Amino acid sequence: MSATGFTAAAEIEQSRQGRRKKLLPFVAGYVTGLVSGFFEWFGSLGIFFWQVCKAAVTPPYEWREFVRQLDEVGSKSFPLVVLAGAAVGVVLSMETRSIMTQFGAKALLPISVVWAVIQEMGPIITGLVVSGRVGAGIGAELASMKVTEQIDAIEASAINPYRYLAATRILACVLMLPLLTVAADAGGLLMGWVAQTLVEPISFHQFIDRGFGGATLKDFLPPTLKTAVFGLIIGLVASFQGMRTRGGAEGVGRAATNSVVLASLFVILSDVVLVKIILVVFPNK
Amino acid sequence: MATAYDIAMRQAQDEQDGSAPVVTVDNVNKAFGSQKVLNGMSLSVSRGETLAVLGRSGTGKSVLLRLIIGLDQPDSGSIRIHGQDISGLTLDQMSEIRKKMGFLFQHAALYDSLTISENVAFPLKRHRREMSRSERDDRVRQLMAEVGMEGNLDKMPSDISGGMQKRVGLARALALEPEILLLDEPTAGLDPISSGEIDDLILKLQRERQMASIVVTHDLHSARTIANRLAILDQGKVVIEGDYEDLQQSNITFVKEFLKQS
Repeated sequence: MSATGFTAAAEIEQSRQGRRKKLLPFVAGYVTGLVSGFFEWFGSLGIFFWQVCKAAVTPPYEWREFVRQLDEVGSKSFPLVVLAGAAVGVVLSMETRSIMTQFGAKALLPISVVWAVIQEMGPIITGLVVSGRVGAGIGAELASMKVTEQIDAIEASAINPYRYLAATRILACVLMLPLLTVAADAGGLLMGWVAQTLVEPISFHQFIDRGFGGATLKDFLPPTLKTAVFGLIIGLVASFQGMRTRGGAEGVGRAATNSVVLASLFVILSDVVLVKIILVVFPNK
Repeated sequence: MATAYDIAMRQAQDEQDGSAPVVTVDNVNKAFGSQKVLNGMSLSVSRGETLAVLGRSGTGKSVLLRLIIGLDQPDSGSIRIHGQDISGLTLDQMSEIRKKMGFLFQHAALYDSLTISENVAFPLKRHRREMSRSERDDRVRQLMAEVGMEGNLDKMPSDISGGMQKRVGLARALALEPEILLLDEPTAGLDPISSGEIDDLILKLQRERQMASIVVTHDLHSARTIANRLAILDQGKVVIEGDYEDLQQSNITFVKEFLKQS
């Protein structure tokens, strides 16, 4: 290699090292920003939750707004979760039929549908449907109130917005999710039976009898009650995202999207932990 | 040397004859990130007095009102309401002080899911629980009549004009019979006739209720009409304070320029 070639190679190497030197601090800064943003978000969420808890347990209680939110979360989500539960029941019935037939275990079809619906599919489908409908609704409504200074106006009127806006919505979600789950389960079981009986007639009584055979209340109560935690997550995340919004119409859209995405994600992640806890506390026979 | 008892007695006496400041802002600093908004801001307002705060956009006029009502916290300095420092108060403690204050937001900030009458009744429902429904309805009608809006009780905020929204916002701010009234740009975005009507309304309320009022505005004409004192802000602090004649006689370049352009 000529002397000119060596010089050129050395220059290229030097330039690479220079770029590396610039890139490293940039990457380090970016990662540090992400990590600190992550902890800051959770820290702020924790403080928000604490403020809501304090506000929720001290009078005056906002009963009227709480009842309005029960209607908003419960009654208006009811048809949606029943429909989603019914669809899941049909799909489960169709999918499990082909597998059970292959293994010659058709008699176990009712029990597999009933257990799948009640133990997992009903709760998680309810959690996700409510995350979408109610999470987006709470996030967008509170964000819109925030950017138009309505939340400031509430505070300026000597009313605690954590009590009036957040606590009422979160408690309504906590209370309504288990009830909506029961509705989704009912829809799933009914349509699971319909799907099965259309192929191979079986009475509903027989279907339920075989499905619940040998089961006790502790097999079905914990999966239903765990959705109260889903309700807490949905209400908390959506209220938090809504009440900290900034930046006009764009901020409102962002808050609604973030509420749905984060609530759905946390519902699924928390389900992993809750299922493990249920298995430890109520082990299968 | 004056004892605490002497000071308390003097303060009580001052409050009785109306000369004690109801709102005192003392050397307040406030920054948002690297942007310093208030820089050693000081002012005070007594009962029955209206102070108009003027200044260019972005000089921290609205921030000043938000600090006084506790929606934001100052970085340093103190804000006292009836002699009580409000920094470090909890939300519920601050709520007790806010019951004595009325705030008219720049864009009225009416609750868009409630009717106009429900907007005005909102603070009454929560803080005047002893009131019966009919008493509350009467009070709402009376407040709406005071602001000249008696015929529009069941309309939604989106169905009325900006000037009407300001009137309803004012009625809501007055619902709890506040001792302190904070008005953020009460005439901004209104035509001259509506501005004049709002000015007349504020003057009338001031005469009848003798509140301590702080009005943030760009509108020098409106400020001269409704205020006893005017304060001009520049670079986050009061550069001059007094009546309009004091401002006219000022040698400060910014004040001269501000008055010339207004």
